[in-house]
Amino acid sequence: MNVNSFLALSRAFPRGKNRLVCHAWHLEKQALRVQQRRTIRTHSRSLAYAKDLFLGQINKAEVFPYPEIGSDELEEVKQFVAPVEKFFNEEVDSAKIDREAKIPAETLNGLKELGLFGIMIPEEYGGLGLSNTMYARLNEIIALDGSIAVTLAAHQAIGLKGILIAGNEAQKKKYLPKLASGEHIAAFCLTEPGSGSDAASIQTLATLSEDGKHYLINGSKFWISNGGFADIMTVFARTAVEVDGVKKDKITAFIVEKAFGGISSGKPEDKLGIRGSYTCEVSFDNVPVPVENVIGEVGGGFKVAMNILNSGRFSMGSSCAGMIKKLMELTSEYAVSRKQFNRSLSEFGMIQEKFALMAINAFVMESMAYLTAGMMDRPGVPDCSLEAAMVKVFSSEGGWICCSEALQVLGGLGYTKNYPFERYVRDCRILPIFEGTNEILRMYVALTGMQYAGKVLTGKIKEMKKGNIFMAVNMAGKKLRTSLGASVDLGLTGKDGVVHPSLESIVDEQLVLKRVADVLINLYAMTAVLSRASRSISIGLRNHDHEVLLANTFCNDAFFKNNYSMVQLQKHSPENNDASIKKIAQAVLENRSYICSHPLERTF
Amino acid sequence: MSGRVLVGVKRVIDYAVKIRVKPDNTGVVTDGVKHSMNPFCEIAVEEAVKLKEKKLVKEVVAVSCGPQQSQETIRTALAMGADRGIHVEVSGNDYETLGPLQVSKIMAALAKKEDAQIIILGKQAIDDDCNQTGQMTAALLDWPQGTFASEVTLDGDKIKVVREIDGGLETIKINTPAVLTADLRLNTPRYATLPNIMKAKKKKIANVKPADLGVNLTSKLEVLRVEDPPQRQAGMKVETVEDLVGKLKELGKV
Repeated sequence: MNVNSFLALSRAFPRGKNRLVCHAWHLEKQALRVQQRRTIRTHSRSLAYAKDLFLGQINKAEVFPYPEIGSDELEEVKQFVAPVEKFFNEEVDSAKIDREAKIPAETLNGLKELGLFGIMIPEEYGGLGLSNTMYARLNEIIALDGSIAVTLAAHQAIGLKGILIAGNEAQKKKYLPKLASGEHIAAFCLTEPGSGSDAASIQTLATLSEDGKHYLINGSKFWISNGGFADIMTVFARTAVEVDGVKKDKITAFIVEKAFGGISSGKPEDKLGIRGSYTCEVSFDNVPVPVENVIGEVGGGFKVAMNILNSGRFSMGSSCAGMIKKLMELTSEYAVSRKQFNRSLSEFGMIQEKFALMAINAFVMESMAYLTAGMMDRPGVPDCSLEAAMVKVFSSEGGWICCSEALQVLGGLGYTKNYPFERYVRDCRILPIFEGTNEILRMYVALTGMQYAGKVLTGKIKEMKKGNIFMAVNMAGKKLRTSLGASVDLGLTGKDGVVHPSLESIVDEQLVLKRVADVLINLYAMTAVLSRASRSISIGLRNHDHEVLLANTFCNDAFFKNNYSMVQLQKHSPENNDASIKKIAQAVLENRSYICSHPLERTF
Repeated sequence: MSGRVLVGVKRVIDYAVKIRVKPDNTGVVTDGVKHSMNPFCEIAVEEAVKLKEKKLVKEVVAVSCGPQQSQETIRTALAMGADRGIHVEVSGNDYETLGPLQVSKIMAALAKKEDAQIIILGKQAIDDDCNQTGQMTAALLDWPQGTFASEVTLDGDKIKVVREIDGGLETIKINTPAVLTADLRLNTPRYATLPNIMKAKKKKIANVKPADLGVNLTSKLEVLRVEDPPQRQAGMKVETVEDLVGKLKELGKV
């Protein structure tokens, strides 16, 4: 039987599904006898766990069991953690750093001596050569001071990362040793006053000199952490390239030394939080950069930038978890001793809720961060950009809420500078903004996933049209399975689960994408906690029953939230206020203010 | 002269941890509690490493007596600059009853075996506050001792030690070989930097059993009961000295 008429039949007789089931079964059995089971892949397999979630597939093998490190490595990690914790407890005066908006030189020196400036630089270049997992672990402690955390991250997570992941041997040999010891500090220069989220629109220019030996960089960058004292900067600028004979302007990544001259920086920005971190404008005036300092290929800078940013994101999970765990200690001391109405605060439900919130959030963030780090540490170059983005979104928002709730427990006291809570709240506010705003990352998660799913499904349809009977049977079987289970018409998919061609305009449907991203983030979070708790039970970790409790509570909550998002995504769902939201926004923005008449107004 | 310094390091519950007594009152809770090197032992290691950096001694050997986890403490000493470590394996019941007498016997045996010139220990451990091991070790070896040292200077084959005593400071000169115990103000211990921790991985830790050293670990002490100190009672304010004397008589204190 020809597949196409088979399909036509299935379309024409929706109610005849049952009859077709029997037929399909028959055919399936025949097909099985005839050929081996063969899965269709449209592109090479990288660790695409999150991407496959968009296809309704859970690749258990990729996330179960929870990643483990060898016992030697674990011993080493514990050894590393002790002096760093000691340093942060004894030598770091966070209140002073925040008050004076400066990290003292002795503190920076102490950090350099500890080796914290070259955590991921390989040993051969003078660094510690630690894995992503170890980096995440150390970040739990470094995050206790926001300014230090940002200064170190700007240096090694993004500032010198380009050289590390895309640089050639000569560049690594030349620059990494001094960067590892902290003698030179790095900065990442991508953002410009006119180009923030829209990184591809930067205007800084790099023109090739006449003798072809130098590029001259002109332009100005904004919001550059470590901008005032960085010795080595990764600068992104537009260069003229020829693509198939057509002259184009593409972004290139350069290693620029302050010593090249022509670089000036503005005064440090007066920020709400992370005040000890030096953030300023950096201007480039005909800065000569030798052609050997191009990172990767000329014109390939955008990809380098994205790879750099993607590789550092996941650590926000462990940073936030470390911070929340500290806050839990400080807050619980207070809640247990403070008494009102003759009872300690810890006996009141609304206070208890806050502690549960902090515990669950810390648990989820840890689980997600180390799951992602474990994936990234596997051999090969796994693409975990989606997973890292999800960790970042969840952790930044969770961190902000938990800091606020921790402050709330202390009430008025929490609001004063006598306690560190207000500083944690201010330091946390930057998290949803930098390293890719949460809005952009949600779009990235939703669109990348859909694009992937679209490609795979389109590939499957193509195969079906070619007459691959087995494919058709597979699809019909799947469709049946979904319809027998709960099925929701998202209005996003047409027949056979294909992503509808009208979705070219989906890019503009941000509110839809936001919900899709939220669902996916919750799914990944649930995967992480389930994987971790399963391992804890099987190996009998201390307090594993508490982990099970946290995991179940979170999954319960996330499940209902996801269902609600899915319900809102349905076509013509009454729970969906998107159309009204758009109308309101339009009216307000047209008028540039609130437009209602005052309630006290009269018309007569 | 071997130029070898033996430093004893003890793994204790971290100073910042809130101690809790076990429900059966046999001891304190140690399971899952953060442990680290005894602060006075850190000062001892720092002093030994300083002597080596000044080239006054040739080798620093860190010693710890305890279960498997004591190796972590030795590793920290190695990361601070010690050259090699010796782990004397003591576990189970023996470890529960391990006290200054047993440790000093072990240290004395090791000093002879390793031909040590100086033994530096912390003045006391923050878990038992015994302040006995250094003194006992010196006695067993019949060596001079410089305890509560706040300053140590090597002078040929003698050591000048400034000691912190109740009345102030006392300076003594003792012959080597000798036993020193470190007091708080002797020095400020360095942080074990991460690069040094990595280098320390290559340093050796030898495993020794007390029986190999011919040491008998039986204790002459038995812990009967461990309990929390009594809760602080509120104080009382009095108006005059007569009232104070009256109240003291009432409480039977005078």
